[in-house]
Amino acid sequence: MDFSRRDLFKAGGKLLVLASVGATLEQITGAEPASDAYKMADHWWGMIIDIDHCIGCGNCVRACSRENGVPHGYFRTWVERYQIEEGKQPRVDSPDGAMEGFPPNTRERLKSFFVPKLCNQCAASPCVQVCPVGATFVSPDGVVLVDDTYCLGCRYCVQACPYGCRYLHPQKQTVDKCTLCYHRITKGLTTACCESCPTGARLLVDFKNPKDPVHEILRNNKVEVLKPYMATQAKVYYKNLDGAVR
Amino acid sequence: MWFARKEGVVRRLVRDAGHLIRPALVLLAGVAVFLVVRSAIVPKAFGQYGHYRPGALALVRQRPIAYAGQDTCVVCHDDEATARAAGKHAHVACEACHGALAQHADDPAAHVPQLPDVANLCRRCHEKDAAKPPTFPQVVTAEHSGGMACNQCHQPHNPHL
Repeated sequence: MDFSRRDLFKAGGKLLVLASVGATLEQITGAEPASDAYKMADHWWGMIIDIDHCIGCGNCVRACSRENGVPHGYFRTWVERYQIEEGKQPRVDSPDGAMEGFPPNTRERLKSFFVPKLCNQCAASPCVQVCPVGATFVSPDGVVLVDDTYCLGCRYCVQACPYGCRYLHPQKQTVDKCTLCYHRITKGLTTACCESCPTGARLLVDFKNPKDPVHEILRNNKVEVLKPYMATQAKVYYKNLDGAVR
Repeated sequence: MWFARKEGVVRRLVRDAGHLIRPALVLLAGVAVFLVVRSAIVPKAFGQYGHYRPGALALVRQRPIAYAGQDTCVVCHDDEATARAAGKHAHVACEACHGALAQHADDPAAHVPQLPDVANLCRRCHEKDAAKPPTFPQVVTAEHSGGMACNQCHQPHNPHL
């Protein structure tokens, strides 16, 4: 057979070009399995929480637990009650994460308010930075998610989160956290906690939507994120947040 | 003379190079095995959006919903929605009190919702607490009703008496 070294190199080169083109095509086309109307690039999700509207009923905690199958004793969202006497350390309680609300407290002469908490969906998230296997990440639409099939359960991210929003799922042995109800918001629904909040203290917002009320809220109110000095670029904004809240 | 000496150096180098070439081959083989295994294990699209598997997004989205959402409820229950819209509970979503009812919305006959437990339901929001906003309607239930159920006086969809 007449097959020179030159022919061999030529054929090899062609094969290489074909293979790389094929691989690139596969990367572009085969990556986004859900072929629907939802475009990740059009959204940048966050939340506004109005402290002055929260009544500590615990509806959000129960709804989150039900919607996401959160195991008993673990929380993707919870509500804290702050009680501050002048000149003293604040007292903070959250019985069972406020799953059944709070035992009534009618003490006068006390600054007291509720603070709902959840994953702050940080854009520069410490939990994502420390993951050694690429199991947790900020999605293109700004939600911090966990890949169950990649997570080793090493708990680095649980320690890295400054807000205490992650836990190791006792059955799955992988890390679990608030997904901002990613399975709902990508279908055009709001999160379970926002859906069930009776006073509108929680509001799911999309920073990339020019018609979203978030722009007006941020313009007309004093807002703050939790632990701004951590420089996590948190996207959960609190209206009328007291300085005592950590 | 110098040429002969140089030839001797080259020959010695080639003869002694064996202990360099053999480990180099082992190293190369190791790298090759690593690359083959890596390409087999790492998903093709890994790194498309960042250092993660894009398939994970679809995995998270797969979860079925439990709360149907306000818009779904009012499709059938427009009479309750009208009653509610006239009162103070106008902005309270149906499922805030009635619980997660996506299954009921999918198949109303197979999943009949339970009526909420009124004793606990109303109290969770309206029991007096110093931490609640002062403008929010609150009562000390023991003094307010003396043990009577809230819905004996108040109609929950429009609670004004």
